Amino acid sequence: MDSQPAFPSTGRVSATGASARKKNRFWSDILRQKYLYLMSLPFVIWLFIFNYVPIWGWTMAFQNYKPAKSFSEQKWVGFDQFKTLFHDDQFYRVLRNTLAMSGLSLVAGFIFPILFAVLLNEVKSMPFKRITQTISYLPHFVSWVVVAGIVTSMLSLDGVVNHLLTWLHISDEPIQFMAKPHWFWGIVTGSDIWKETGWNAIIYLAAITGIDKELYEAARVDGAGRFRQIWNITLPGIRSTIMVLFIMSIGHLLSIGYEKQMLLGNNLVSDYSQVLDLYALNYGIKIAHFSYGTAISMFNSVVSVILLFAANGLFKKFAKESIM
Amino acid sequence: MSTKAFNLTRGERTFNVINYVVLTVIVAATLYPFLNVLAISLNDSADTVRGGIYLWPRQFTLKNYETIFGYTTLVQGFKISVLRTVIGTLLGLLSASMLAYTLSRPDFRSRKFVSTFLALTMYFSGGMVPVYILMRDLHMIGTFGIYVLPGIVSAFNVFVIRSFIDGLPYALQESAKLDGANDFQIYYKVILPLCKPVLATIALFLAVGQWNSWFDTYLYNGNKPSLTTLQYELMKILDSTQQGSAMSNSNDLAKLMQQVSPESIKMAITIVVTVPILVVYPFLQRYFVGGMTLGAVKA
Repeated sequence: MDSQPAFPSTGRVSATGASARKKNRFWSDILRQKYLYLMSLPFVIWLFIFNYVPIWGWTMAFQNYKPAKSFSEQKWVGFDQFKTLFHDDQFYRVLRNTLAMSGLSLVAGFIFPILFAVLLNEVKSMPFKRITQTISYLPHFVSWVVVAGIVTSMLSLDGVVNHLLTWLHISDEPIQFMAKPHWFWGIVTGSDIWKETGWNAIIYLAAITGIDKELYEAARVDGAGRFRQIWNITLPGIRSTIMVLFIMSIGHLLSIGYEKQMLLGNNLVSDYSQVLDLYALNYGIKIAHFSYGTAISMFNSVVSVILLFAANGLFKKFAKESIM
Repeated sequence: MSTKAFNLTRGERTFNVINYVVLTVIVAATLYPFLNVLAISLNDSADTVRGGIYLWPRQFTLKNYETIFGYTTLVQGFKISVLRTVIGTLLGLLSASMLAYTLSRPDFRSRKFVSTFLALTMYFSGGMVPVYILMRDLHMIGTFGIYVLPGIVSAFNVFVIRSFIDGLPYALQESAKLDGANDFQIYYKVILPLCKPVLATIALFLAVGQWNSWFDTYLYNGNKPSLTTLQYELMKILDSTQQGSAMSNSNDLAKLMQQVSPESIKMAITIVVTVPILVVYPFLQRYFVGGMTLGAVKA
């Protein structure tokens, strides 16, 4: 990419060029590339305001922030907010919920798309394959509000799931799924599987297409059945894709979002539905404990970055190994 | 290969049958909820309460739709949703394509800086509370701008478009340069037309993101009826029917609920917010499948 020829630059400076000429060249370069700067700098400034300035806001976590006061008038409290946070039982419950739900959807988010991609790959009829795939994307494009509405009505006392369960004599009485705290993690994970499996399978399907067809031919000649082919060719063929995606998603363990928890949760199950972001929302914004809320947000961000670096390190190690 | 069907062993045939059955069940489980919602939305509200509506309406009616389209808050919400989708998508496309183009130019002096500055935003964020405080300091709470302005630049979108541009022959840009085009003209006249497939993908992502978002309305504009979106209104109805909570005790809504049951209203709105997506995404499928794989390879 970098070896592509650059646009002819005005006058190559010789190796003996003095610093004055270098400086001149700096300005003339900028002038020459003024359109490139005009097309990028405004967005850099934009990013600075909306993505970098909030980091400065982390200073609030070390203050007792009062909205009406200016920055210099704020009272600094050191790590007090964090001390309160780490002594709060609710914080540990919320952290447990966050980790549990992201762990579950991390695992499910791998197993189901891979299974789906492998099964779909075994289909020989193109129209069936295409239609199945197109339909499988549908829930991905629908909002969590809609999905939560669908899930709640499917799981309601009079919903189709309870009808099925009683019809199959699995349970005698309809179950109030949405009111059972212990069901909540499962419901969230299940909704996630329903919504994203088809979409997440795209990458695996693409990776499977890249596998050498001759391997399958050879295996068939050797008398390998379909399961053997899947186990010995397809799955090893997409192993590196799986590893890369898995390691990368470790980095996002704490940033699972809060939409589904907020939409599917209710007061009855809040012990199991509250996640870090909702905790920050409830304390930080709703009752205006801005400093405390910032401390929660900051904890979340910092741990995420650490996880991401750890994942990246893992990734590098894995990448090195896979080259050998 | 299908001509050789008679050659299949018994095991192969069993595998095929089971595979088709499993996939059909998956398709059914994906589609059924939508068909069920559609059926209920087209069924008489009083009749729906009796239960037992599955795939088609028992007493067909359009009254549920008439009711929601006669409710000004929802019509207003629909307008805002459309507006934010259009504006947000256009702004997002503009920023992502411009940045992607400058980053694809190997001779751009500040390429490394801009690229790093952008990439860092993928790894950390200030978090909900600091962002909220920033929006308040910028006086953006209670404005339409909060829907489209903060998220104008998305690093992911930029990198997807950039890797597409990297795949285009560089000679095109050079010959345009020789013809006397400046960098902006190259972007506008050479790069943009060639990027249509990837821009379609990004446009879909942006539009779906805008159309589906509700949390920013909840957080910033919840008590500003003229600025609420359709998804937010749906969320309020969902919330009130699910927990009977006091969150949405607007008189308007209560009146609406007397005419037709909340369940029917909910289903009709669900269809209204889902149909636009349903109409668009299958046609963009080949683009976004390519775009997704491209993004994954980059990452």
